[in-house]
Amino acid sequence: MSANLANQERLRIFGLLSPAYLWLTVAIFLPLSAMLYFSFLSDVPFGDADWHHTTKNYQAFFQTKTYATLLWKSIRLGLTVTAVAVLVGFPCAYVLAKTIKGRSREALFLLVILPFWSNSLVRIFSWAIVLRGNGVLELGLNAILPFQVDVNLMFSTPAVVIGLVHSYLPYVILTSYLALQAIDDNLIDAARSMGANKLTILWRVILPLSLPGLLAGAVLIFVPVVGSFMEPRILGGRVGTYYGTVIEDQFVAVFNWPLGAALSFILLAVVLLILAIASPVLKRAQT
Amino acid sequence: MNMNLFYATAVGAFAALSAANADEIRVLNWQGYGTDLDWAVSAFTEATGHTVVHEYFNSEQEMLTKLRTNPGAYDVVLINAAFTPQAQDEGLIGPVDTSKIANLADVPEDLAGNRDLNAGGALHGVPWTWGLTSFAVNTNDFAEAPTSIEVFWDEQYTGKVSIRDDALEAVQFAAIATGQNINDISDLDAVKDKLSALMPQIKTYWGSENDWNQFMAAGDLAVATFWSGSASRSISAGLPVQFVVPQEGAIGWLDGLSIPASSTKQDAAHAFINWMIDPEFYVKWAAEGAPASANAKAAAALPDDAFNKRILGDPEVVARVQFQRPVSDENREKYLELWQGLKAAQ
Repeated sequence: MSANLANQERLRIFGLLSPAYLWLTVAIFLPLSAMLYFSFLSDVPFGDADWHHTTKNYQAFFQTKTYATLLWKSIRLGLTVTAVAVLVGFPCAYVLAKTIKGRSREALFLLVILPFWSNSLVRIFSWAIVLRGNGVLELGLNAILPFQVDVNLMFSTPAVVIGLVHSYLPYVILTSYLALQAIDDNLIDAARSMGANKLTILWRVILPLSLPGLLAGAVLIFVPVVGSFMEPRILGGRVGTYYGTVIEDQFVAVFNWPLGAALSFILLAVVLLILAIASPVLKRAQT
Repeated sequence: MNMNLFYATAVGAFAALSAANADEIRVLNWQGYGTDLDWAVSAFTEATGHTVVHEYFNSEQEMLTKLRTNPGAYDVVLINAAFTPQAQDEGLIGPVDTSKIANLADVPEDLAGNRDLNAGGALHGVPWTWGLTSFAVNTNDFAEAPTSIEVFWDEQYTGKVSIRDDALEAVQFAAIATGQNINDISDLDAVKDKLSALMPQIKTYWGSENDWNQFMAAGDLAVATFWSGSASRSISAGLPVQFVVPQEGAIGWLDGLSIPASSTKQDAAHAFINWMIDPEFYVKWAAEGAPASANAKAAAALPDDAFNKRILGDPEVVARVQFQRPVSDENREKYLELWQGLKAAQ
């Protein structure tokens, strides 16, 4: 009887898990394995191209300074974008979670999530219209300000950062919001009754308790930004060459899939390494 | 009299014969590139009885792969002259029977005698269309068009310059600026120095014709490299631009029509190529936006204000053009490394 129950239980678990894991296997694991395999080939095995196994794609990374320079540039971009997104997103999440209640919170939430509903290319191109010299931003500022300003941010690193922060800001707001909302208001009241000022409350109570959510958001932003290619290409112009754009070139322009795959896996390894180094900090935040 | 009667009968018999032998030929080309125009194909079918079916490729490598893996499947194939020697060397295409292509007489010798189209010592690709990679200027910034490629390095235009994000094109462009042969670059260091001096001038790289038009329309750019065919479209769309072939020269490309060695419908294939270089076909195609024709008579038949006649019809201009020859994989990789290194240093 109990064995029967255990079997049923197992069946149920299996039934609930298998769609997700089947999907992960087909949609992520298989293509990724194929790419890993490609990264060890000399040529793409389509048609009757001549190919053999090689590690030269991985060696290529170390043969010139180009790839390492770009990877470092991309990591710096990832850190900058993450920092800006946290600075902008965390206060917003705090206000949404603790100060505003009711309908207006729903409305404000909608505004936060709105970027998710539009196509990312459309977002980037709208930024291009805004940031361009003689663009919407410049015309708008000149209409309001009593003096003339010359704003031409297009094709610069700030433009890339603005575009990326806009794209990924909802992640940090949503994860921080969930963590902040879980904080018991009584704790804050207790701190206040014991004479803690606002800064102390933020630093000693709110921040430590919401850190898991904040860090989850930061990781969710950092990883895709390091590999981003579309925003730098469109908004960055001459300075918009990053590690991600070079990988894209290998797939789209040069048709050197093996090298592109190898560069991608090096990126994956470096990102994992960074997360591993950061994991003691992440773990401490969880407890 | 007797003789005339004989000819009439012979021609009639031949017409009947070819009608009886109406073939279906398969053409391999880029999509939307001249050969698959409905009116052109139906005119050909009406005149010869042969029908035409198209298949498309998206890159030169794909075209070569298709020829390799499907022998006998194609009868006419478009091959850029820079790839003709490779196709000939692999035995994918056969020599063209020039006696079957009457319009070849109107193709000037400098094109018909192109070294790459004559790979293996015989004509393997009938010159069809050609064009230039040079540059265009924004007429709002230039009262008078510059005559030298050095305008790219002119400090007056810092931050208003663009070139395409393409290693081969960038390197060949700098080769022209340093007075070198684009197909045999002896001083790659000079090319690298020239390009690194160009980098601070550049606002952004362009990727597609659409990009280019937007940047120009917004006034972001004053001078940028461009393709002749695209320039003619941009000008007719009303953009304030002018195409320039500088005194230093320009990069030229040449497309030829070839016949796969495995084709079993040689007569129909030759007839189709003859129609494709016919002035009647070209003038009509040019009205819809075509590259320059290799047929001198076809080029001359254009209206005087047509872009392809005004700019590319000038023999002095043509003399300055360096046509692209095949690029070895080794050089391709070298150029790519150079270009990526320069971009990464920004």
